[in-house]
Amino acid sequence: MNERLANIKQEILEGIKEKATSRAAAFELRKQFLDSKAGKIGQLMKEMKNIAPEERANFGKSVNELKEWAQNQFQELDERMKKRELEARYESEKIDVTMPSKRGKTGNLHPITQMRNQLIDVFAGMGFEIYEGTEIENDYYNFTALNTPKDHPARDMQDTFYLSPEFLLRTQTSAGQIHVMEKDKPPIKILSPGRVFRSDDDATHSPMFHQMEGLVVDKKITLCDLKGMLDMFVQKIYGENTTTRLRPSYFPFTEPSVEVDVSCFECGGKGCKLCKGTGWIEILGAGIVNKKVLENCGINSDEYSGLAFGIGIERTAMLKYGINNIKLLFESDIRVLNQIDDN
Amino acid sequence: MLVPLSWLKDYVDIDVTPKELEEKLFSCGFEVEELIEVGKEISKVVVGLVEECEPIPDTHLHVCKVNAGEHGTFQVCCGADNVCAGGKFPLALVGATVFMTAKDHKTVEGTMTIKKGKLRGYESEGMLCSGVELGVTEGMFKGAGYNGLLVLPQDAEIGADVKPILGLDDYIFDISITANRRDCQSIVGIAREVAAVLNKEFKMPALDYTETEEKKEGFTVEVKAPDLCPRYIGHYVYDVKIEESPAWMQRRLALIGQTPISNIVDITNYVMLEMGQPMHAFDCEYLEGNKIVVRRAEKEEKIITLDSQEYTLGENNLVICDGVKPVALAGVMGGENSEIRDTTKAVLFESAKFARDNIRKTSRALGKRTDASAKYEKGVDEYSTVHAMKRALHLIQELNCGKISSTHVDVNTGNSIEPKEMKVSIKRVNDVLGIEVPVEEILRIMTNLQFAPTVDGDELTIQVPAYREDMESYPDVAEEVIRMYGYDHVIPTFIPDARVTMGGLNKRQKNELKLKKALCSAGAYECIHYSFFSPSDLDLLRLPEDAPERTAIRIMNPINEDLSLMRTTLVASMLNAVARNQKKGNLEGRLFEMASTFIPKALPLTEYPDERTTLCVAVFGEGEDFYSLKGIADVVADNLYVKFHYVASKKSFLHPYQTADILCGKEVVGYLGKVSYEVVEELDLRTDAYVMEVDLKKVAELEHSKATFVPLPKFPVESRDLALVMSKDITCGQVEEVIAKSCAYVKNIKLFDVYEGGQIPQDKRSMAFSLEFVPGEEAFEADAVDRFVNKILKNLKFHLDIDLRS
Repeated sequence: MNERLANIKQEILEGIKEKATSRAAAFELRKQFLDSKAGKIGQLMKEMKNIAPEERANFGKSVNELKEWAQNQFQELDERMKKRELEARYESEKIDVTMPSKRGKTGNLHPITQMRNQLIDVFAGMGFEIYEGTEIENDYYNFTALNTPKDHPARDMQDTFYLSPEFLLRTQTSAGQIHVMEKDKPPIKILSPGRVFRSDDDATHSPMFHQMEGLVVDKKITLCDLKGMLDMFVQKIYGENTTTRLRPSYFPFTEPSVEVDVSCFECGGKGCKLCKGTGWIEILGAGIVNKKVLENCGINSDEYSGLAFGIGIERTAMLKYGINNIKLLFESDIRVLNQIDDN
Repeated sequence: MLVPLSWLKDYVDIDVTPKELEEKLFSCGFEVEELIEVGKEISKVVVGLVEECEPIPDTHLHVCKVNAGEHGTFQVCCGADNVCAGGKFPLALVGATVFMTAKDHKTVEGTMTIKKGKLRGYESEGMLCSGVELGVTEGMFKGAGYNGLLVLPQDAEIGADVKPILGLDDYIFDISITANRRDCQSIVGIAREVAAVLNKEFKMPALDYTETEEKKEGFTVEVKAPDLCPRYIGHYVYDVKIEESPAWMQRRLALIGQTPISNIVDITNYVMLEMGQPMHAFDCEYLEGNKIVVRRAEKEEKIITLDSQEYTLGENNLVICDGVKPVALAGVMGGENSEIRDTTKAVLFESAKFARDNIRKTSRALGKRTDASAKYEKGVDEYSTVHAMKRALHLIQELNCGKISSTHVDVNTGNSIEPKEMKVSIKRVNDVLGIEVPVEEILRIMTNLQFAPTVDGDELTIQVPAYREDMESYPDVAEEVIRMYGYDHVIPTFIPDARVTMGGLNKRQKNELKLKKALCSAGAYECIHYSFFSPSDLDLLRLPEDAPERTAIRIMNPINEDLSLMRTTLVASMLNAVARNQKKGNLEGRLFEMASTFIPKALPLTEYPDERTTLCVAVFGEGEDFYSLKGIADVVADNLYVKFHYVASKKSFLHPYQTADILCGKEVVGYLGKVSYEVVEELDLRTDAYVMEVDLKKVAELEHSKATFVPLPKFPVESRDLALVMSKDITCGQVEEVIAKSCAYVKNIKLFDVYEGGQIPQDKRSMAFSLEFVPGEEAFEADAVDRFVNKILKNLKFHLDIDLRS
């Protein structure tokens, strides 16, 4: 009897060695021995009744040991087989990881929107709210209230698109100043970005471009505050070592008025092609809000003063990204649009 | 404005280099656009004395021995007809640079360097020069216009540099003047600023003259339009001798590009440049009626101006008339009928102030811009009107070209040309600046600027000259102080006294940015197109005559017709952008623009139009179809916190069977569809394109789902798949609608398969939907979902004749 058990054991070991080439074959093999009805070990159990009663206990124990042993063998075999099959599957799924990716394409915000967002971020941190006026304005808000009455020489500085004798395409985002000052009382800190229009169309001018007007009205606002605010702005946009230079200029709605130059961020002020050898680049116009403008909006100019600045967004973006032609910004050429990703 | 350094030096001592002066001017508000070095191209040209001059046989040439003093004596061949022994001429030494001329000896064709050469076998070391070769015109130096050698004065030192002799050592500043400083539209105006910034004295040009007893009896000036002519000064000058003006005057006019004409005319031009006041001289012989009348032109009145052009005028134009007829177009140009001729014996000088806006309008309307009209457009002050007349009369006397009568008529509206007193608080001046400028500095600056300041405690009193019309209040004083004191004294501070404000984007602005970013993530590039478009774009879209998009706001003065209408739709610009991309070889892509459309309430505009923020998206190229664009539309809906529904529709520029209206609730908020083949052909597109437009303003007005949390279902969700067979004209949307209405528990209805073919009847198609039933507060009863399905199937059969696929 023990011999039979030993034979079965031997049979199993040989079977595992020779026949178990796959998980399915291993399962078949297992069935030959461990199937509760047809399995060879199961058959042994059925023979129990033919065994002498005094040997039954021993026999039972031996068969059970064999069964347990076989179960373990097949368990291990199955795990080996499973592992081997997974390995084969992995190998069959080998890929060339250097082939191109399948990711969907991502677009970009327009360079002007990106620049605008950066400017907004800088000034929002300083407490500026964003006010977007309308592109179509009336003469009063675009000119008269900004201290540029009908006969004013400054009107010649800007060629205006008129839509009717009263309505026009705003020539400057400063128009928004008046709406805000009429509505809100100081302290006022607004940033007014948007499209503006002038009747200019040549290599360096576009009939439509973007400005961002900044306005602060509160008590004791001075030219020094203007300089401080603009210094902070240029450092955030063009780098920490950038400084500004103010020089006299003229805008009807500010007095004093200044042009603001920024130290050349290309050469650090030594003089290069970008700054035409001067070390400085003109970036914006600014000034102390003309008291007549405050008064036009019902703000007491004895109590309050203000500062204002107007940034050309195209110019800022073109300088920062090295875009050489303003027209490129409005042609929607994907080869241009996909280059600037700076947000 | 052009300002020669040599001229400026008449009125102020300049002890800095031209470059330094440029920087000084820049710092006080006068940007020098160009610093022109006169004679920059000329070098190594010296005074040469021709000692011997022999003709070369059979040629027009002469071989000369030219003594150039310290430089040596050279043999030079010369083809000019006025070369002669004993004459002094400019000699370009070997290595010199001069202008090269064409065969006509007049046209400049760049510059050249003089080399040793051989002509007809004769060595030639250098070149004797003409005026043209040195860039000197007749006006700049007498005789320089001769087509031959420029003859130098006999007292010129042999071997000396010719540049100082010919005035080629000068500089011209091209200065841009800001609109508030019209008083600086003159040499004198700039000289005042230069004196102030250099801390030097300003020397006013001489204005004195002596009148004779002679009078033009009965002469009157009548100003009928004082609103357009607040001051008119006339002065009668007789015994006029018309001659050339002196060399110095001609030279100055020539430097600024004016052609000298005759002493009287040159004086008017010279005074205009010097004092900034346009002047005119009438030949008295042709003035009828012994009077001048300044009035609005009559309707259809005609005038022939000095340049022989005839203009038809109207009551918006101001004319200067004699007793009978117009003799000048005020502020623009004199009339031909009274112009100065060689025979002129007596003249009436005019110095007047005209309303700038009127001159500008006349000049624009007639398309006639002159130096005078340009000055008037910027504005002329009465101080200059008065002083220019004095200056002109002084010059008459200095040039001795006429006698100054005592007939001087000054018609004015009572405006004073005396300085106006102004008092300001020094503290307020400093409060504008944010720094404290020392009082002595303020006094120095105001003195230099001719404001005659005095100070009493905090009170600064200044005398504002009449030409400084820009000075109104303390901020103006602050500006004067700081531009002279120096902007580098302004130290950065950060609104130390201001109150804290909350900054940042508002909700709408944040949402718009979020939507833009979502579109970028969907592969689209943002575009910015002009807010205006072309009438032809409306035709491209094949919009019917009565389409609302055709009611667009017109620009009255567009750059051209293609940029003449305010956009009522963004899609035309977008289609053009797609076409441009395809022409450049970008055959696939996704583009979007978010911008305003302009919907007028009435035309012409009498109130603000409706500016509607609108989104336009285009997709084109391989792999794109209606549904890929619809996918983007759904992204848009998600980002706007709304749900879009789509209903088949038609658009004049879209495919008739691949177009849908986009609905939000019951409102149509936009459309999407495939661009029609007609438009594709017209734009020469190489691939299909799909476009969408959504009125974001309208969507924003509708109700939005709020960001609130819905608890997850407590009980299991059950799913069922239904394969349905239906007539081919039934849409997915119709089926979904019936299902949704049949059972409140159906939350997700998803089409997952569409089949047409052999296993179902030929005129039918099959759509397979997966439905999700979400229980409410209680779990579904055992057969509840089957009951729901039965009801759905019953309704589908009833409404749409749809069967379950067997």
